Amino acid sequence: MSRTVQLREIAHARAGDKGDTSNISLWVNDPADFETVRQQITAEALKQHFGSQVDGTVTRHEMPHLHGLNFILTSALDGGVNGSLNLDGHGKSWSFILLDMPVEID
Amino acid sequence: MTSTFRIGGGAGFSADRLDPAVDLARDGALDALVFECVGERTLAFGHRDRRADPAKGYNSLLETRLRAVWPLTAASGCRIVTNMGAANPVAAGRAAQGVARNAGLDGQIVAVVLGDDVTDRITPDTPLPHSGCTVGDIDRTLIGANAYIGADAILPALETDASLVIGGRLADPSMFLALLRHRFGWSADDWPLLGAGILTGHLMECGAQITGGYFADPGHKDVPDLAFVGYPIAEVTADGTVTITKLPQAGGMVTMATVKEQLLYEVHDPARYLTPDVTADFSAVQVIDQGADRVGLRDASGTARPETLKVTVAFDGGLLAEGEISYAGRGAVDRARLAAEITETRLRRVHGVTEDLRCDLIGVRSLHAHADYGSERADTDVRLRVAGRFRDRERAEAVLWEVESLLCAGPAGGGGFRGRITPSIVTHDAFLPRADVPTRVEVLRT
Repeated sequence: MSRTVQLREIAHARAGDKGDTSNISLWVNDPADFETVRQQITAEALKQHFGSQVDGTVTRHEMPHLHGLNFILTSALDGGVNGSLNLDGHGKSWSFILLDMPVEID
Repeated sequence: MTSTFRIGGGAGFSADRLDPAVDLARDGALDALVFECVGERTLAFGHRDRRADPAKGYNSLLETRLRAVWPLTAASGCRIVTNMGAANPVAAGRAAQGVARNAGLDGQIVAVVLGDDVTDRITPDTPLPHSGCTVGDIDRTLIGANAYIGADAILPALETDASLVIGGRLADPSMFLALLRHRFGWSADDWPLLGAGILTGHLMECGAQITGGYFADPGHKDVPDLAFVGYPIAEVTADGTVTITKLPQAGGMVTMATVKEQLLYEVHDPARYLTPDVTADFSAVQVIDQGADRVGLRDASGTARPETLKVTVAFDGGLLAEGEISYAGRGAVDRARLAAEITETRLRRVHGVTEDLRCDLIGVRSLHAHADYGSERADTDVRLRVAGRFRDRERAEAVLWEVESLLCAGPAGGGGFRGRITPSIVTHDAFLPRADVPTRVEVLRT
């Protein structure tokens, strides 16, 4: 029977910035979960999860042999670290916003 | 000479720790120790410092770091390569001479890499393609401009007998690549090997971020002895394969997971990572757990380098004003929200503030003002933060004044006011043809 867990239970992530673009890499702990995560954590799903924080687009790159996904979020840092009024202008804490996403596993 | 070249990562940013670098210098059996210490902000503030005092503008920890590690590395024949010169590499070189004099380090050669400062080449017509405008359109005071320069610029410094190589905006991974090109004789257009060298640099350039720093999540991802996390060591061979490790006695850990998180840190398309030296391709990289805090990587590659060099153009961004006050117990969120409304209303009506203001309730998703992501949580200990960025100091001071005045005139139970005004910068990217960024090396002796 399938159950819903937070991504944090089955994966880890790290966020970084370049200008107003954020990237978050997502890595599953158990390769057996990779296909599930690949199917459910799409670029569209992530954009919906982050809501109005992302003004631009979300693109996903895949690293299947390492069981990882890399998300690129444009116009996502309120102008970037030097122009933003955000306490976390780099968006470094965003990895844990991503890891808050629900995922349905077997 | 062994077939493996050992490089230590002594710093991953301008304010990084000192003791892990000293441990590496003393116990690492290193061929080279790299200190990566430049970011857009630190560089811009360096330009500002230099304008106020021509002897300043380099990393403020330069002398502290050199005093602690240079006697160790000079004795063992390990070279130091660093971009701690920031906005004033020449002054950094002279400061290094001073350190050598005081430490009795005679006969050392310091090679200073110059040419990254392209401030004089920036005109109002310089295009800023990512911003869709020109420098003139920004309508702010230019602070400085630096090109990311690569291994080509650093190699001539390594061809001297320098025990210390200092530059300014040396691209982070290029410092490592230059050492590898010098050691292994990789040619300037062997793109796959250059891509492999950039992979080593990319993994190492953030210091502890690959050895268990920036990784721990208690109960999910535990890291041993994180307070004394060791900084990384790369063991590289002539074919470009690399093993990442750390000193065995140091805290932290090197695992598949720590390495993978760093592999794509600040990377967009893994097949096209742009550097001054090569368009690196990490898409087929293999990560191999060798056990005992050793992880190997191979199969990095690369294609031709970009035609132009990226330039960070920094402008005066005015003053960032932040005022904060706390509320506790039941109703704390409502009282903090009321305080925010009062502050914003008064800044607009009494002080004539028209600039953007941001009000965060710290403890209630404050890092993300767009309150429509993820799951809702509310705690009963809330700190209001009101922030704005201003050209005019009087308006910046008004933000602090209004938040502080909440102590008597705002909602009940507010306390712990703090306020600060910080100079701020704005940066944009320009691109220059390589021919417009000539570099050279100045040799200083101690």
